[in-house]
Amino acid sequence: MNIIKVYGSGCANCKRLEVMCTEVIKENNFDAAIEKVTDLQAIMKTGILSTPGLEINGKMISSGKLPTKSTLVHWIQDNIQ
Amino acid sequence: MKIKNKILILVTLLVLWLLLYLNLSAIADFLVNSILGLDRNTHLTDAIWFFVFEVPKVLLLLTLIVFGVGIVRSYFSPERTRKMLGGKKLFTGNVSASLLGIVTPFCSCSAIPLFLGFVESGVPLGVTFSFLIAAPMINEVALVLLFGLFGWKTALLYMSTGLLIAMLSGYIIGRLKLEKYVESWVYEVKAGRLEIAEEKVSFADRINSGIDAVKEIVAKVWIYVVIGIAVGAGIHGYVPENFMASLMGKSAWWSVPIAVILGVPMYSNAAGIIPIVQALLEKGASLGTVLAFMMSVIGLSLPETIILKKVLKIQLIGIFIGVVGLGIIIVGYLFNFIFG
Repeated sequence: MNIIKVYGSGCANCKRLEVMCTEVIKENNFDAAIEKVTDLQAIMKTGILSTPGLEINGKMISSGKLPTKSTLVHWIQDNIQ
Repeated sequence: MKIKNKILILVTLLVLWLLLYLNLSAIADFLVNSILGLDRNTHLTDAIWFFVFEVPKVLLLLTLIVFGVGIVRSYFSPERTRKMLGGKKLFTGNVSASLLGIVTPFCSCSAIPLFLGFVESGVPLGVTFSFLIAAPMINEVALVLLFGLFGWKTALLYMSTGLLIAMLSGYIIGRLKLEKYVESWVYEVKAGRLEIAEEKVSFADRINSGIDAVKEIVAKVWIYVVIGIAVGAGIHGYVPENFMASLMGKSAWWSVPIAVILGVPMYSNAAGIIPIVQALLEKGASLGTVLAFMMSVIGLSLPETIILKKVLKIQLIGIFIGVVGLGIIIVGYLFNFIFG
């Protein structure tokens, strides 16, 4: 099972990214689960400075950005098994 | 090849932009006089002409500036800004932090991780505050609207005083040695050292970030622009000229602090506040008072300070609001004095 983590303490872009991930996974039948991380200390531990942070299988892909859907599909495709 | 095409399209668009912008007055004349067949010199025609002229003008300016800012911002990231600010001394640090606050992409919802990340990596507290004050306060959308509606002097003054407040407030907070009022866990967090592989960013990508910025911001704020200008056009002739003068005019000395205090609990994005600014100014409120109100709404927002409560003790939040508020009040009086 692939794990996609969305880091963010609840801002609009963070929620949006989570929704986009859910959609992308569904539409492309990716085998992945989404985890939302809202705890500040946990967010800090990753070292990102701006939210939302997107982590796929332990690898931080981006922070502070809301990608377009097609970019997100690529990111997920390239980083899951 | 692709990039060449892109640049070609951009240059064409720029020329079109310029042609349109320079002929707006003629286009408005044509629309109002020939197509609508209205005759000039009535209040209503005046108001319509104002609207037909101002809306495309401000939207054109907005598109160009947001595009430019989008490209500039693609050269900066919070990570990079932090690196540039690490080890900077007070004062020079405050100056660079305030300037970087303008060009670094920033969303107030990222204020906490950013604050933690800066402080943890050794950026001085006062320098961090300069950044946190400048980033929301000096806003490119507000800048464009002020420029479009009130002229370049107002826009320039807004930017330079905003910078000054950010620099000085941060410097004062730094000098007061307030580290003890930062929640102690902040200094214990071991933030991870993260390397997001810096992808190679081509110039085509930067153009794309400019286009993305336009799509995102213009889509969000155009409605405020239209409302603001409609309000301005509407009250052009229908509300008495000096309606606000006794309340927010220059002679009412207490209006500046009241405007700031009223502004703190109000929260709005920069674009949302412009219609109000427009209406107040139009009706005799003085520039300093209105500017103080606007900066207080954008720069000091209660929701944001409540978020900061997670990392700062109440005393430091109080000092933060006090110092910035005082700065804004001084700017308000200064403007009222200069533009009296």
